Amino acid sequence: MFDLRDATVSYDGNVVLDGISLRIGLGERVALVGRSGVGKSTLLNLLFEQRRETAALVPQDPGLVRSLSVFHNVFMGRLSLNSVGYNLLNLVWPRKSEVDAVRDVLVSLELEEKLFEPAGELSGGQQQRTSVARALFRDGDALLADEPVSSVDEHQSRAVLASINAVYETTVLAMHDVDLALAYCTRIVGLDGGKIVLDAPADRMTRADLMPLYKGETPGA
Amino acid sequence: MIRTLNAPTVRTSLGFVGLALFCLVLADIEVTTLDPWAEFRRMVVGFLTPDFFAIDQLGEAILQTVAFAVLGVAFGAVFGFILAPFFQHFAPLRWACAFIRAIHEIFWALIFIQMFGPSPVTGVLAIAIPYAGICAKVYAEILEEADLRAVRTLPAGTSRVAAFFYAKLPDVWAYMKNYTFYRLECGLRSSAVLGFVGLPTLGFYLESFFSEGYYSEASALLILFFLIIATIRFWMRPKLSWLYVLGAGLVVAITDTTSRFEWAHVVRFFAEDIWPAPIRSAESYDSAFWSSLGDWSWTLFSTQALPGIFATILLTQIALVGTGFLTLLFYPIVSERFFGPVGRTIGHVFLVVARSTPEYILAYIFLQFWGPSMLPAIIALSLHNGAIIGHLVGRHSNELERRADAPRGINLYAFEVTPRVYGQFLAFLFYRWEVIMRETAILGILGIYTLGFYIDSAIADIRIDRAMALILITALLNVVVDICSRSIRKRLRLRTSPDVA
Repeated sequence: MFDLRDATVSYDGNVVLDGISLRIGLGERVALVGRSGVGKSTLLNLLFEQRRETAALVPQDPGLVRSLSVFHNVFMGRLSLNSVGYNLLNLVWPRKSEVDAVRDVLVSLELEEKLFEPAGELSGGQQQRTSVARALFRDGDALLADEPVSSVDEHQSRAVLASINAVYETTVLAMHDVDLALAYCTRIVGLDGGKIVLDAPADRMTRADLMPLYKGETPGA
Repeated sequence: MIRTLNAPTVRTSLGFVGLALFCLVLADIEVTTLDPWAEFRRMVVGFLTPDFFAIDQLGEAILQTVAFAVLGVAFGAVFGFILAPFFQHFAPLRWACAFIRAIHEIFWALIFIQMFGPSPVTGVLAIAIPYAGICAKVYAEILEEADLRAVRTLPAGTSRVAAFFYAKLPDVWAYMKNYTFYRLECGLRSSAVLGFVGLPTLGFYLESFFSEGYYSEASALLILFFLIIATIRFWMRPKLSWLYVLGAGLVVAITDTTSRFEWAHVVRFFAEDIWPAPIRSAESYDSAFWSSLGDWSWTLFSTQALPGIFATILLTQIALVGTGFLTLLFYPIVSERFFGPVGRTIGHVFLVVARSTPEYILAYIFLQFWGPSMLPAIIALSLHNGAIIGHLVGRHSNELERRADAPRGINLYAFEVTPRVYGQFLAFLFYRWEVIMRETAILGILGIYTLGFYIDSAIADIRIDRAMALILITALLNVVVDICSRSIRKRLRLRTSPDVA
């Protein structure tokens, strides 16, 4: 599904990604792990560019329109699938079928009570879950998420990741929580110094195997 | 029913749209010319073939327009600067400033023409007085924003004047300078329009070109005017401003052929002309005096003030909503979110032309082919103000956060960008409300029955007392709209910032 070959990205002379090659197939659940600033978001955005017409994205910043309701923010996930007229109709007068469909997504994220509240009045965690809901509602062929549970508590993090896995077969998640990465992904890709330093199935890894990544040492060496 | 449209900003907007539709039913928007399109064709052909050969007249018009603008804005800015430090401390000063800026430059000119004729003094005062009121207010707001840490570190016993010039002013000097530049742009427009009441500026020449059907010359004049406005930043250097003021003074003094300053005119104006006729002719304050004063007031109120106020409010509300609609239509054409460099450049040129042409001139042009109804006024006001706010909203939309998976085209417009800029859009629009009303009133001089029509007629009949009373009423109406606008902005918690719109 994704095929990145020898990708190099630099900002202002600082090399962020240094000749990265990565193939991700249908049904894989990939966790991108590594210290902050190591290039996970950059890699995720590169992957998204490869399938921007069909993939769903949960950006690091929720990117919600604060003045619109949760319903509208989630509905935005499917704007590209509908006619403009239908979209404008729903902006002014949401159709019942769409409201029900959005509510179904919100139930799994424990957000259904906020359906018609302005997104700007939600807490940080609720905004992040709204952003996830938008990506779930998008119903694309893959989901890319940049720290989708960074402002959500432990219990809800698991619910959010379970919902993601229930909807999408193929996922790429940038994660800093190692335990969640191991529990909800099938493949772990570790980044350090702009390179992939680890790429292995999750079921053969333990928390201890991943710790060196966060200390700047190459695991397994 | 529509739960999502229940936001206060949306409710307020719908209320204003409903009111405007109601006003539109009552408004006279008939096309009264017999063959509007024939004249329109001639005009379009003329405008597409500008003729710069009438160089004497064109040069004269531009020179005078710039000279009056420079002098008017210079005096206004200096007086505003002197008043600004006291603005927040004296309520009467605030009221006085609100009052003098509520009266349009054209009305000030009509007043001063009674005293000084269409002379340089009239032109300069007509711009300087309202601009002093505006500058005092905005400079005061800018000074409030100054970082006070520097002031606090000054040694005890430092005089207030020294503290002001050393620690406060330098911090905000750049903002004041920017605002004054912006004022000069407005001053050029005001100066151009003063030509329509007899001063030797652009409007005077434009009117004579139009009346003779010289559309190519009119086109050349407007193009030169746009160029002057668009290049302000290149020709107006702060360090050279004193030279400009000096030069402008020389230009108006040398070319002035009308000034016959007579003290007697000024005395007569204040001692007699402005007082209601019954007071002037009263010999004793008996019951006959009171009943004639009552008659005078009632006639003025019922036959002029009331219909004038009604038409002014009607036109203002329609034009306000028209401005809003055009703003929402215009802002994407200068926004990086919707168009590339080429599209945006075309958009910018269009908006610069629409916002550099004063409403009065736009209305004057549209009136030539639709005749005197509210229609040309509505279009002119909406176009000019929509271009101003559209430019500001477009610029604001460039600063918004972007989402990598954002939708495109109309979906992006309707779901992402417009909801995000809507608050700022309403803030700009309500700021503009008072300005639109000021302009609505003066468009009466073109024959639309707003307050300006009755003021102009009163002056033509040499009933200065009535004209003064009507100008007073117009100013009060403006102050009322300003108060309404402020309370709505406060209620909707729209961010308020110094009015550089």
